[in-house]
Formats: sequence, structure tokens, C-alpha cells
Amino acid sequence: MYPRSEKRLATGLLYLLLGAGTSLLASGYPMGTPARIGPGYFPFWLGLLLAALGLSITVRAYAARAPREKLERWDFKSLSWMTGSVVLFGVMLKPLGLVLAIATLVVVASRASHEFTWRGALANAAVMVVLIVGAFVYGLGLPFSLWPAFLD
Amino acid sequence: MELLDHLALGFATALSWQNLAYAFTGCLLGTLIGVLPGLGPVPTIAMLLPITYALPPTSALIMLASIYYGAQYGGSTTAILVKLPGESSSAVTLIDGHAMATQGRAGPALATAAIASFFAGCVGVLLLAAFAAPLAEMAFKFGPAEYFSLMLLGLVGAVALSSESLDVSLGMIAIGILLGLVGTDVNSGTVRLAFEIPQLMEGIEFTCLAMGLFGVAEIVANLEMQKTTGTTAVAPIASLMPTREDVRRMTPSILRGTALGSALGILPGAGVTISAFSAYTLEKKLSSRSAEMGHGAIEGVAAPEAANNAAAQTNFIPLLTLGVPGSAVMALMLGAMTIHNIQPGPQVMTSHPALFWGLIASMWIGNLILVVLNLPLIGLWVRLLKVPYRLLYPAILVFCCVGVYSIQNSVADVFLVAGFGVAGYLFGKLSISPVPLLLGFVLGPMMETSFRRTLMVARGDFSVFVTRPISLGLLIATALLIVLALAPAIRRKRAVVLAEAQA
Repeated sequence: MYPRSEKRLATGLLYLLLGAGTSLLASGYPMGTPARIGPGYFPFWLGLLLAALGLSITVRAYAARAPREKLERWDFKSLSWMTGSVVLFGVMLKPLGLVLAIATLVVVASRASHEFTWRGALANAAVMVVLIVGAFVYGLGLPFSLWPAFLD
Repeated sequence: MELLDHLALGFATALSWQNLAYAFTGCLLGTLIGVLPGLGPVPTIAMLLPITYALPPTSALIMLASIYYGAQYGGSTTAILVKLPGESSSAVTLIDGHAMATQGRAGPALATAAIASFFAGCVGVLLLAAFAAPLAEMAFKFGPAEYFSLMLLGLVGAVALSSESLDVSLGMIAIGILLGLVGTDVNSGTVRLAFEIPQLMEGIEFTCLAMGLFGVAEIVANLEMQKTTGTTAVAPIASLMPTREDVRRMTPSILRGTALGSALGILPGAGVTISAFSAYTLEKKLSSRSAEMGHGAIEGVAAPEAANNAAAQTNFIPLLTLGVPGSAVMALMLGAMTIHNIQPGPQVMTSHPALFWGLIASMWIGNLILVVLNLPLIGLWVRLLKVPYRLLYPAILVFCCVGVYSIQNSVADVFLVAGFGVAGYLFGKLSISPVPLLLGFVLGPMMETSFRRTLMVARGDFSVFVTRPISLGLLIATALLIVLALAPAIRRKRAVVLAEAQA
């Protein structure tokens, strides 16, 4: 059977999966007694509630009054450049220092835009390095190492 | 008049030129740092706390309080301009505030936020001065059962009257609460839902969640929109100041927001956040322009901004009168007080009257400085929007990453931002608003704690939630809201059935 609202079906299934998964995980923690509630109690019941909501949303995705909605297409290219740049920043920060990490973050993130130019991205990277190093490292005195560890 | 004597003492303390200078510096630093995406009041205060160690106690607290207002206002600026909430209380301001900005009305939105904050701040300070002692008595009557019911009401109230379907929003709240529970359980020491990842043992940082869900996800969505439409997301700026029509529309909203915020701010817990959400919900219910709310209505900026600022003032009441910090910011203030050898609690009022009343007077002065400082700066902030988006968004991302990392010098937090970014993008594609998730995340751990305490005191008897009158009242209000939210859906269903029967 085909749902009227693909979005609601996906939402419902997502909730169902997350809720059931959480309850399963939480059932591994002590439940305690009502007078002395254990660490598993709250997440277990909350997970069940989430799963129940998910089930109701899934069913309603087929209801006659659900809006007709198709799933939207994902822009995987922009999403990958963006998340990739953040992950790269995290990976580079400690071994290679703040300056290179920021420059890479700006250039890689800029690729996500369809208006990307190397000149604009590199200039932006230079400005951001100066601004951040000035404000955070010299202004606020945060403990960042600026250059790769092997150069120190 | 005892109150006048107190206020006179307060103003005499706060108006000394050093304290004025500290208040001004605090507001300026707070605004400048708070306006950076990713840095809300908590990291701002935490970063600047060491500067105040060397000051005399009164000046130190005055400066910290000023940093707090500055950061709070700076956070609203970022929420409105680039749709990034620095903290949970500005998460509602961004709905209408950013919508106004995209319509070229960023100036009036920022001015409204400043005016609403100033007015509410003044009222909040007066209330704080007049009712600090009697209100502390009332806060005593709130046990854990009342807090639990209140938070439930706050959560349900925040989503019940929104245009989204109730079950979807409630699910987002549940996900938020669950995310809030990740990490070590304070009561038992059990590490929960952390998938054996050591960095998750201390829980998820609010900023990571907010920056991922709103920052990264929003940028990708904007870029995608630009590819198809080819235009920038922001319309040209029409005017900087609100029109007379704007002022007429915002006035009742500010008054309502102030009243609600002052009342809710007294309650320890998430008073400031709840008040902003509740004010928005109330406005949606009462305003004659409720249809425009969510699409750039000035009421949607004025009410929550007034509420969170009024609450920010009255939030000092539990700290100064009971020694109970009502929020993360107040916990930092408490820390600052103990560093200066001041034991927070009811005795501060009598043992350090100059400090107590000086702080209160400085709050009013701080609010004034904030308006004087920010109204001229609006032009500058708005100009930020003229920077081409292809240059602006990498810069926002840099501030997010550096800001998030510097909170606890943790690379894992940066990876979390990327992860929540993907999640936020997914929610966007499913047309779900992540705002309820954020609210659940903030309130979740507190709800669990009060739930546990309630049942411990009641020896496992669940009926305690309905036998205590205040708690019962709050639960009835929650139930009414759910019924109210479902009623139009039932009506719509009947309308659809009728229409199909006729066709």
C-alpha cells in the first residue's frame, strides 16, 4: 500500500526506530522501583512513548486526510562539503594547528556553494585566520596551538 | 519607605564611576562576544569570569551581570540575523525575527528586541526590588512534583498551539529529552545511551546541538535554495527603525511578555527558556495577527524577547534569596559569589546590603546601557547581512567550530556538530521544526530529577502529582492544551469527510 504522505511515513518510521532502539538500550540499565527510580526507567518509558508516537504517525501517513507529500531530494553535494569541512577541522586542529585547520575549513566549506571561486575562498580564509587568531587567541587568550605540532 | 532607602543605597553603589565603567565594559564585551554565532551567555560568562577575580566583589558581580545582559542581547541579534540561537531562550525569537530579516526588516526586528528587552528588564528589576523577600516565600511552596508538572506544561504549551501536528512535535520533544539524558546519570553513576564513547560520558553540550541543528543544517538548506532560485536569502533592507505601526503592534505583546516572563522567571529551573516559549504561544493565542506569526510578525519578536529579559531579572530571585541557582548562568554567578567569599542565600540581603541593592540597581543601569549601546549598532549588525552569502556562511561555520571547541577544548564536540548538522538537514527535509527538540533537551534532565525526587518523597506513590493542588492545576492546564490542540484537527477531519461525502 502506498502512503499519501511520504514525509509522515518517514517521520513515523524514524521515531519508531529511535524509540524502540532507546527502550532496548535502556532495558539494559537498572529499572529500580517506583520509590527509587533506576537509571533505565525514564529513558525506557520515553523510548516507548516515542515509538508509540511513531506508530501513530506511520498509520496516519495513510489516512485520507494526510497531505499528499513526496520526499524531497537531498543535496548530497552541499551537505558533504559542509559536514566534511567541519570533520576535517576537528581532525586537523590538534596535530596541524589552528591556522591550517581554519583555512581548510573555509576553503572546503566554500566548495558547497555554486558560486565558489578559488580567489574568494582563499581571501576569505586569510581574513578568518587573522580575525579568529586576533580575537580568540590574542584577545581572549584561549589556549590554541597555532602551527603544526612538529614545527614547534 | 524602606524600598526607596534600599534603592537609594543601590544606586549610590552602582553609580560610582568605577562600577559604571565595569557595567559598560561588561555590556560591551558581552554583546561583542555574544553576537558571535555559537557563543551564548554561558560560554561568554565562563570565558570572562577570570577577568573579574581581581575586582572587589560588588564590581565583579555588576560586571558579570552586565556581561550576561550583553551576551543575551547579542545572542538575539545572531538569532535574528543568521538564524542561530546562542542559547535556548532565543530559539523562539529566531522564528519570526529571522523571517523579518529575510523580508528586509532586520532593523525593526533588532530594534524591537532592544526595546522589548529594555522595558521588560526595567519592570523585572522593579519587581525584583519590591518582591524579592515575599516571592522567595512562594518559591518555597514549589516542591519537585510542582516543578515536574510545570515543565510538562511548558513543553506541551510550547508545541500545542503550533501549526505542526502534535504527535510529530511531541516526538521531537521526546528525542530532545533522550539526548539530554545521554551521559552519566547523576543519581546512580550509570553511563546511559553513550554507545561506549568516552567523550559522551559527560553528556552532550547544548551549543553542539544548537550549532548542528540550526547552523550547519540551515546553511546547507540555504545553499540548496540559492541553487534553485539563484537569489540570496535576504531581501534588501528597507528601514532600520520600527514604524509607528510597528510600535502600536508591539506594545501589547511587550506588556504580555513582560508579565509572563516576570512570573515564570522566579521559578528555578528553565524559567527563562519556558517564559520565552510560553510568551510566544500566548501571543499566538491572543494576538489579532496570529496568522502572521511564524512568517515575520513583530509580535513574535517582541513577546519572547520581553519575556526572556523579564525572566532573566526575576531569575536572580531564587539565587539571591534562596541561594538556588535557577539556570546555568546563575550557577556561574553563584560560583563567582563563592570565589569572593559571599555565601549566597537569604542572608545576603542583610549581610551585604550594598552588594545586594547595588547589583539590583546596576541591572537597571545595565539595561539602559544596552539600549544606548545597541540602537546605534543596529546599522552595523544589519550591514553584516549585505556580505555575500558565499563569504558569510564559511565565516559563520568557523565561529561555530572554534566556539564549540573552546567550550571544553574537545574535538569530539566539533564532530558532534557535524553529526547534528546531518540530523538537522534530515528534519528539514521531513518538514519538522527542531525547536521542540532543543527545549526537551534543556528541560529533560531537570524533569527526570524532579520526577525521581517526587516519587522518592512520596515513596513510589504516583498519585502525588494529582493530590498536590498546584501540581494538579498545572497538569489540568496541560491536558486542556492538548485538547485545544486536537480540537481543530477533529474539526478539519469532519470537514474533509463532509466535503468528500458531497463530492
